[in-house]
Amino acid sequence: MAPLLDVRDLTIGFPSATPVRNLSFSLAPAETLAIVGESGSGKSLTALALMRLLPSTARIASGRVRLDDDDLLALPEVEMRRRRGRDIAMIFQEPMTSLNPVLTIGRQIAEVLQVHRGLSKAQARREAAELLDLVRIPNPERCLDDHPHRLSGGMRQRVMIAIAAACRPKILIADEPTTALDVTIQAQVLELLDRLRRELSLSLLLITHDLGLVGQWADRVVVTYAGRKVEEAPPDVLFEHPLHPYTQGLLAASPRLHENLHYRSARLSEIPGNIASAATQAGCPFAPRCPVRLTQCRTNVPYERDAAIGRRVACHVDISESSRGLHHDAAVSY
Amino acid sequence: MSGIQRIGKTFRRTIWQAVPTVIGIIVINFFLLQLAPGDAADVLAGESGSATMETVAALRSRFGLDQPVLLQLVAYLDNLAHLSLGYSPRYNLPVADIIGQRLPGTVALMTTALVIALAGGIALGIVMATFAGRWPDRVISIVVTLFYSIPGFWIGLMLILLFSVKLGWLPSGGAATIGADISGFDLLIDRARYMVLPAVSLSLFYIAIYSRLARAAMLEAQAQDYVRTAAAKGLSPLTITVRHVLRNALLPVTTVAGMHFGGLLGGAVVVETVYSWPGLGRLAFEAVMSRDFSVLLGILLLSSLLVIIANVTVDLVQAWLDPRIETR
Repeated sequence: MAPLLDVRDLTIGFPSATPVRNLSFSLAPAETLAIVGESGSGKSLTALALMRLLPSTARIASGRVRLDDDDLLALPEVEMRRRRGRDIAMIFQEPMTSLNPVLTIGRQIAEVLQVHRGLSKAQARREAAELLDLVRIPNPERCLDDHPHRLSGGMRQRVMIAIAAACRPKILIADEPTTALDVTIQAQVLELLDRLRRELSLSLLLITHDLGLVGQWADRVVVTYAGRKVEEAPPDVLFEHPLHPYTQGLLAASPRLHENLHYRSARLSEIPGNIASAATQAGCPFAPRCPVRLTQCRTNVPYERDAAIGRRVACHVDISESSRGLHHDAAVSY
Repeated sequence: MSGIQRIGKTFRRTIWQAVPTVIGIIVINFFLLQLAPGDAADVLAGESGSATMETVAALRSRFGLDQPVLLQLVAYLDNLAHLSLGYSPRYNLPVADIIGQRLPGTVALMTTALVIALAGGIALGIVMATFAGRWPDRVISIVVTLFYSIPGFWIGLMLILLFSVKLGWLPSGGAATIGADISGFDLLIDRARYMVLPAVSLSLFYIAIYSRLARAAMLEAQAQDYVRTAAAKGLSPLTITVRHVLRNALLPVTTVAGMHFGGLLGGAVVVETVYSWPGLGRLAFEAVMSRDFSVLLGILLLSSLLVIIANVTVDLVQAWLDPRIETR
């Protein structure tokens, strides 16, 4: 199927750094794509770049974001404004502060309906109640007139989702949607997002640092390191046979109950060093921390290549032969 | 809690707090005024130029000024309890009548000045915040700093010089055209023409404060997460500013504006003098000069009530602006 959203060679720069480099990925209709990476790997900036809501100091240095037949990055601002909230919507990490404290919930949902669908006040209010019902908020009529401070974090995130889903967007970007919520609420929110994806057939771009979420909810995973994609695969394959040394290290560092690997029974392995070393690195950004690096890794950036059907990886090491061995070596040698 | 219940609760609480406050203000002011040398009888005698010791004594006993201080205080409080503000020796009229004549003029002037200051200050603040760091911000910053640092009487005199003397557009003083037989809309226009200069000179200082405050509050509100949410909804920059940023930024401005309402009366003394505006400020000043303490106490009582009313209004406005504020 032709991708709905196609991001090519996205590079985002600040005057002092380049947090996202040559990032490419695509999103099929009704698919959930997860972008994972640690803090500072440029995930949130990527999401904001798709919305063209980057902070004023950041610049999109190059790249293309194609949605339908338009390059979102080349649209005039007025036209982009028409797309935001209608074709491409976003929910944020902090439900506690993402709603305006002085406006009622109903007003904040109705606003987006009035702007994009030209509904009257009364129509928008009726629709807002339906949306609250859609995101499973009990007593939606009453909630319309409540202010955000009366709602819990989970409820507020549901309201955010209702706002994002209001105009049946093609793409919903969820930037760490559950990070600020506790575990039971996390599952509910993700279930809700998944249900909306199916019912409204929207594509979900899930941005997270939590590998645990990815396995359950994503159709495909993009692993990023220092603003570059290092590996892309469906989650089950990725967890079974990680190809890139970074992904291998990451998984080796995660507790896995079915393999009886838990920090209570044994020390988890770690990836030596930290991501800061990647900032000014020539060649592969992961090279300084990589257990299997070759000499060329220090000088040449590895380009993405197909490793198998539906799998892509950016690494100089010939992974197809040594993938399983590497995984074990890496896990043992740390 | 519904809005009406909330307002009712605020009122009850405020009134209970207001009674002791007002009594305290009266008693303290009463004793403070006793510290000033001389009394109304001295001033009246001095002005007449031919008073003997006997006439002064007669004046004193007529106005009760020969009584012990405590008895005078009790008599004054007794008057108040009967809703009377006492009698002015100088004007030979009940104090309530004198104040009643001046009050509307002053309240009109203060309210107009405050409205101009709020509207102008907030508008300039929005412009400054929108262009923060660029030339419109810099230029307005300099202008409002001038407003802040130039004394009100000088601005008043310069405005008279420009608009009354040179251009002849506006009257230089007073509150209405004397002897004009007009009514309805014409009357309103006439009053407004007299109001413009004093209200503007009174408000410039406050415009400076509110614009700086609004600028800072706008910049803070602009950085909030919900503003990003609003942008992600596809709203226009104007809608975002008005609906999402401004309302949150208004809170600190209303707090300070409420506190200024009492202070405006003090500033009004100077402006009312410059523009010979028949208001309470000038009356208070004259009352001090003529040791007309019953008038002065009446004005102080009234201004303390005005401050209390202003505080209640601010409480209500804030509860309306920000639903998170609930009456404790």
